[in-house]
Amino acid sequence: MIPTPNLSHLTRKDYEHVYEPAEDTFLLLDALEADKDFLRRRNPRICLEIGSGSGCVSAFLGAVVGQNNSLYCCTDINPHASLATQATGQQNNANDHRRYRCLGLVDILIFNPPYVPTEVEEFTLGQQQVDISGAWAGGNDGMNVTEHLLRQVKALLSPSGCFYLVAVSQNKPVEIMQRMEQEYGLLSKTVLSRRAGREHLHVLRFQVQE
Amino acid sequence: MVRLITHNLLACHVRGCTSNNFPLVFKDVQLQLKEAEYNPDFLRGFMPKLEWKALVDTAKSLNNQSLPDQAPEPQAANEEFLKILHHVLLEIHVEEGAMLCPNCSHVYPISNGIPNMLLQEHEL
Repeated sequence: MIPTPNLSHLTRKDYEHVYEPAEDTFLLLDALEADKDFLRRRNPRICLEIGSGSGCVSAFLGAVVGQNNSLYCCTDINPHASLATQATGQQNNANDHRRYRCLGLVDILIFNPPYVPTEVEEFTLGQQQVDISGAWAGGNDGMNVTEHLLRQVKALLSPSGCFYLVAVSQNKPVEIMQRMEQEYGLLSKTVLSRRAGREHLHVLRFQVQE
Repeated sequence: MVRLITHNLLACHVRGCTSNNFPLVFKDVQLQLKEAEYNPDFLRGFMPKLEWKALVDTAKSLNNQSLPDQAPEPQAANEEFLKILHHVLLEIHVEEGAMLCPNCSHVYPISNGIPNMLLQEHEL
């Protein structure tokens, strides 16, 4: 079993501005752990996480793949989160951060998006103020930010690349998977699903080839 | 953290700035050298992803002239070369300063080792 990253350097005060790892985060960690043989076999050299928040997921991925086997790039629009990610990397002996000349280069792409369906206003405010509500408020169907990335995934991934996406049922995961196959030829599967309170969470995996 | 390995992946993304937007030019930088664990397999695996000329030129702009103008094939790379590549890619940290787009002159500040790649609404 791979231990959860050490986040003891982050305090209550940090979590006023940075999304604190929750059920969705832990489901993503469990999915990465379930896929550990798959991930190690692919020998990834560039791992990119969008919206890294506390940095928990990339630190965990570093433990799965090996800290010195890959470059871990993390981006976040929230400066509090970028600092938290950096501190988590140091705390967990991880290496590293943001338009990357990344077209066709990314071996593992991870996105736990703001997936909660909200009023468009709440979504816009969250993204503009780049603070904590931007971590969950997703607008119509909770898909406003995710849609942007979905259009770029195929172009970002290397030939052996894969993409992990966290989604809730209201995001219509089956539709996302069908669309990504029809429009971009990406193969997909649901790695894990779990009910957490009112949310029914899924971790989807997309890949260019078998 | 901004190291040359990360820098080699960053391009300007201001709307309409699509040519001559890479590599970004370092300005007023403060450097720190930090030792990193040497992994020849990682280096060989990463070499195909590098823009070699951009790496060599950027290293020179930071007064490091240790890289050859032509990269060897990854499998033919010897230890002496890989150790140099390791140092240039992974051990030179830009802690403060900025990166300037050679095309549109947009400035991406670096603070506490974190590059701010965010753009204003009108630049997107």
